[in-house]
Amino acid sequence: MVGLEHYLGLAGALFVIGIFGLFLNRKNVIILLMSIELMLLSVNINLVAFSSYLGDMVGQVFTLFVLTVAAAEAAIGLAILVSFFRNRGTIAVEDVNVMKG
Amino acid sequence: MTTDLQTILPELILAVYAMLALVGAVYTGKDALTGVITWLTAGLMAVLAIWIGTSAAPATEAFGGLFISDAFAQYAKVAILLAGAVVLVAGQEAVARRGLGRFEYPLLIALATVGMMMMVSAGDMMSLYMGLELQSLALYVVAAMNRDSVKSTEAGMKYFVLGALSSGLLLYGASLTYGYAGTTLFSGIIGAVSGGEVSLGLLIGLVFVSAGLAFKISAVPFHMWTPDVYEGAPSPVTAFFATAPKLAAMGLFARVLFDAFGGAVGDWQQIISLMAILSMALGAVAAIGQTNIKRLMAYSSISHMGFALMGLSAGTALGVQAMLVYMAIYLTMNVGTFAFIMSMERDGKPITEIASLNQFAKGEPLKALAVLVLMFSLAGVPPTVGFFGKLYVLQAAVDAGLTWLAIGGVIASVISAFYYLRIVYYMYFGETEGTAEAPMSPAAWVALMGSAAVMVLGVINLFGIETAAAAAAQALVN
Repeated sequence: MVGLEHYLGLAGALFVIGIFGLFLNRKNVIILLMSIELMLLSVNINLVAFSSYLGDMVGQVFTLFVLTVAAAEAAIGLAILVSFFRNRGTIAVEDVNVMKG
Repeated sequence: MTTDLQTILPELILAVYAMLALVGAVYTGKDALTGVITWLTAGLMAVLAIWIGTSAAPATEAFGGLFISDAFAQYAKVAILLAGAVVLVAGQEAVARRGLGRFEYPLLIALATVGMMMMVSAGDMMSLYMGLELQSLALYVVAAMNRDSVKSTEAGMKYFVLGALSSGLLLYGASLTYGYAGTTLFSGIIGAVSGGEVSLGLLIGLVFVSAGLAFKISAVPFHMWTPDVYEGAPSPVTAFFATAPKLAAMGLFARVLFDAFGGAVGDWQQIISLMAILSMALGAVAAIGQTNIKRLMAYSSISHMGFALMGLSAGTALGVQAMLVYMAIYLTMNVGTFAFIMSMERDGKPITEIASLNQFAKGEPLKALAVLVLMFSLAGVPPTVGFFGKLYVLQAAVDAGLTWLAIGGVIASVISAFYYLRIVYYMYFGETEGTAEAPMSPAAWVALMGSAAVMVLGVINLFGIETAAAAAAQALVN
């Protein structure tokens, strides 16, 4: 029997993988975008699992909003990536270093 | 339904205006219309601010509690709209001079403003998230507005990646809160929180939501994007980043902490006061070595956010009032300071080195005097308004029994006085001749002189914002 805790465990694991992907990845900015997407989608699993557990539709409505925003976010991320690539000629994470902070 | 729409009428007007103007400008004059659209947007925002400020509408909820319009939201909206309008108008010439005068810029700012108005009126995790994202997505784009500059696109990229991470954290917290409280409405969450023991799931949710919001106000330990984004983004855009979004995020933070988690003050007080002391300390120390005035202002804003969080951490109506007064003063000071920073140039090229201000007072005594007043106010030197802002939050912290926090704040503000006064020292007593010029449009000049004048004249009664802030705090805390 698959219960609420399994879904929460899966979502938590995916979320942590997303965060680690963001911080440990040294190669490519595209992987950052994928990690961000993974984080947002793991939250969706959480929301849908709670929604079904509580018998409450609000969680699923929230999921739809999150999906919409994630799409907009990916579009803007790629747009910024393209203009960065045109200036630097590279999308390696190591090369995002003109300013040191 | 009609009353719901009436409640969100200001947001509706601004959003519809921005969308119509976007479509209209594409089909007609495009970038030739930038100047007109900038003034139109700023004018509309100013009109809306006056309307919201004078209407004194009673507290209402719309869309089943998703959207709250009360004294707190009205106070924050007036400040956000006015700051946005002034920054747009003051930066208009600087934007045009650098060839960044695209018609999307004022309209993206207008959309970000709609997002911020949503944020301070949020009554539900969903409207909180949508408002926050509307604001953030518009700001990511304007950070990278200078498409041909490596620095600007890199700033946009860094802001986007870290901003998206913070939204993810916030969203994860929201999902846990939903699961353990059984609702996303703040009024429902506060019911689940009050009454003794708070469940572990809700606490984890609270921590994640706080971490996400701390990113947006750039509080330590979530501040690392701030200096790079401030430095890389074009100065007029930085001016906007440093003002309205900070107040909006702070207002949202206060809303979540009091409206949703008001029953667990003891639990979040430790988190907030820790962030406050760390922000004040890091902002004071890290700015000392900076040679770029925009990076310096980034650390300065981190430090100021620490002070505002100190007011919030008191957990009382007086604390919220202190935070609101502090933020209004912070906004005014930063508008003036950035009106100056975005006019700094040499041979027609924007510059940001502090050393270039050497002996600036010889050539431009009036502007130097205005900057002097603003720097004294930012440092919190007694005869200026900035001092009263700090006094307010310290008072609130002491009243709430957080004396250690107040002492830390005083020490941090003494340290940070060093780097503000160093700018003044360079301008008046610099040894070599500096090279900075500061040609200003009349609007930028008015913004600089006006904010400097407010810093001096405001000591009489703070222009009555205390009573407005008190009413706002009452609306939130009770």
